[in-house]
Amino acid sequence: MTTELQRRQVTGTGIPVPGNDIDTDRIIPARFMKCVTFEGLEQYVFYDVRFDAEGQPKTHPFNEARYQKGSVLIVNKNFGCGSSREHAPQALVRFGMRAVIGESFAEIFAGNCTALGIPAVTASAQDIAALMEVVEKAPSTAITLDLDAKTATFSDLSIAIDLPESSRQSLVEGAWDTTAQLLDKKAIAGAAGRIPYMTWSV
Amino acid sequence: MSKNLFDKIWDLHTVKTLPTGQTQLFIGLHLIHEVTSPQAFAMLRERGLSVLRPDRTFATVDHIVPTDDQARPYSDDLAEKMMQALEKNTEENDIEFFNLESGMQGIVHVIGPELGLTQPGMTIACGDSHTSTHGAFGAIGFGVGTTQIRDILATQTMALSKPKVRKLQFNGTLSAGVTSKDLILYLISKLGVNGGIGFAYEYAGPAIEALDMEARMSICNMSIEGGARVGYINPDQTTYDYLEGRQYVPKGEAFDKAVAFWKSMASDGDSEYDEIMTFDAGDIEPMVTWGINPGQAVGVSQSLPELANCSDDERATAAMAYEHMGFTPGQPMAGAKIDVAFIGSCTNGRISDLRAAAVVAKGRRVAPGVRAFVVPGSMQVAIQAREEGLDKIFEEAGFQWRRAGCSMCLAMNPDKLQGRELSASSSNRNFIGRQGSPTGRTLLMSPAMVAAAAIAGKVVDVRTL
Ligand code: SF4
Repeated sequence: MTTELQRRQVTGTGIPVPGNDIDTDRIIPARFMKCVTFEGLEQYVFYDVRFDAEGQPKTHPFNEARYQKGSVLIVNKNFGCGSSREHAPQALVRFGMRAVIGESFAEIFAGNCTALGIPAVTASAQDIAALMEVVEKAPSTAITLDLDAKTATFSDLSIAIDLPESSRQSLVEGAWDTTAQLLDKKAIAGAAGRIPYMTWSV
Repeated sequence: MSKNLFDKIWDLHTVKTLPTGQTQLFIGLHLIHEVTSPQAFAMLRERGLSVLRPDRTFATVDHIVPTDDQARPYSDDLAEKMMQALEKNTEENDIEFFNLESGMQGIVHVIGPELGLTQPGMTIACGDSHTSTHGAFGAIGFGVGTTQIRDILATQTMALSKPKVRKLQFNGTLSAGVTSKDLILYLISKLGVNGGIGFAYEYAGPAIEALDMEARMSICNMSIEGGARVGYINPDQTTYDYLEGRQYVPKGEAFDKAVAFWKSMASDGDSEYDEIMTFDAGDIEPMVTWGINPGQAVGVSQSLPELANCSDDERATAAMAYEHMGFTPGQPMAGAKIDVAFIGSCTNGRISDLRAAAVVAKGRRVAPGVRAFVVPGSMQVAIQAREEGLDKIFEEAGFQWRRAGCSMCLAMNPDKLQGRELSASSSNRNFIGRQGSPTGRTLLMSPAMVAAAAIAGKVVDVRTL
């Protein structure tokens, strides 16, 4: 049985955003976080690198017509560093991203992606370069991330991908929506009872 | 039995191992603010869940509060809406809210310690990456995303994979005029902004033990800038002395019991670590960032790196940094002319930071053309500073004395850089656009160095002033 929540395979076309250390302020500038819901955040993804001071589009993959159907974001090193804002993956997801593949990710960002059911997988620098090249030449190339086999296939290539085993499991099993698994009130009360400061009064 | 503090706290708070292999970890203290929590409360409502332990959650408002006119409704509609959402969510769920009327409002990582909510041996979570700050007390503090805030509200637990632990041993002593901010900027410049990914950092050694609590907080605060989600320092007498008498700390005999527990949570002398690195604190001079991430920093007497000397990994980011900053490889760090000086933030907006800056500002004048701000980290810090007359010193020197909040650290309130202004800032991030202008530029440094830059109108070594 597969459920709607399971993420064994993700297939889509790519959208490359090259560069190391792309931080969360660049993914979604802080001034767009003045909101009480995540709705509409897709408009502001990469805003300051996509638009100039007058709101005119600049050169950026997210503005290019040929990548508009892309749903697999391809990045380099330490993507998503900076703040813990879930606004960053939320904006990407709402723009249409279904997976992220890169050389490495900031930990909180990768965790936030998993919590939204979005695999954030790593591959070697060489393989990422190859993937970016293929996508730049032929944006309509289908990329399939297989979380069981831990591979990404595109054109006639197959590269190894990796992700923390716990993230892989939760995506494959559809258990990435964590709240449900944590709701064991008896176990929680038991743990709280063992922690000395939980019983202190001030 | 020879465990480090991280392992002890982890084990004590483990509820169970989840089918995914992650640990369900009990969270002793949950702090929330207006930016990352409203969506989490909405998700709870959607699922018909309630807050399991409202007594372990505390709220404040910091990111969006104006630091000049704080009359309600705020002139910024969106800020007002966020404030109202937090008021509603805390009220409906019986969560204590340190609002402006409480007199206790401030940046979440400043008020936690100030109120004594932050204590050794605890697990602490907040929807804010600088939750690592609380590690200064020998707690483990995790920055979390909104989905995890939902989990913690609903269950007081979260799902986590255990990181490795790296001990960073700092021998020797910091030279005069060199602060803990310089120490952490130095470390990040050495290990890089992703050097700590997958690790919790234990800062140790004589140079760390010699620091007061506020200086320790500045270090743990910026663990995340070095890629480590958690950074901590073992609790000691300095920690207990700081905590004694604070509002949420046990009193009398109960305090002695608490201290006994806190002591038991410190790393054992012979504990094991996944990695150990050693540094000499005497090698560190006042640090200044020149680029677009906190790892791009040099000592104030040094020149900016040549691209040819950067590693392959760093070169592209360095080239981008030079383009954005308008600096040239090889130029000296000192002498860069600034337009704005900002003293504040959860890294360096505490009373000792303001004191250090005031020593520099006293009897001097901010250079013509420089806009200089002092934004206390909390209302309590502001009160203390006024009692000591620091506000007068700053105002007489030409600094604007503001009310408590995050302010120009991320410019979600009206305090922003204009255009390409170059700012000397005591905050923690110099990312492009961080201080509110997409073309604005930020140099991170210690509060005393910011004050010195404000006076000189350019980057100077505070020790020569
Ligand atoms: S002061 Fe800056 S880093 Fe600290 S919580 Fe506020 S915005 Fe975040």
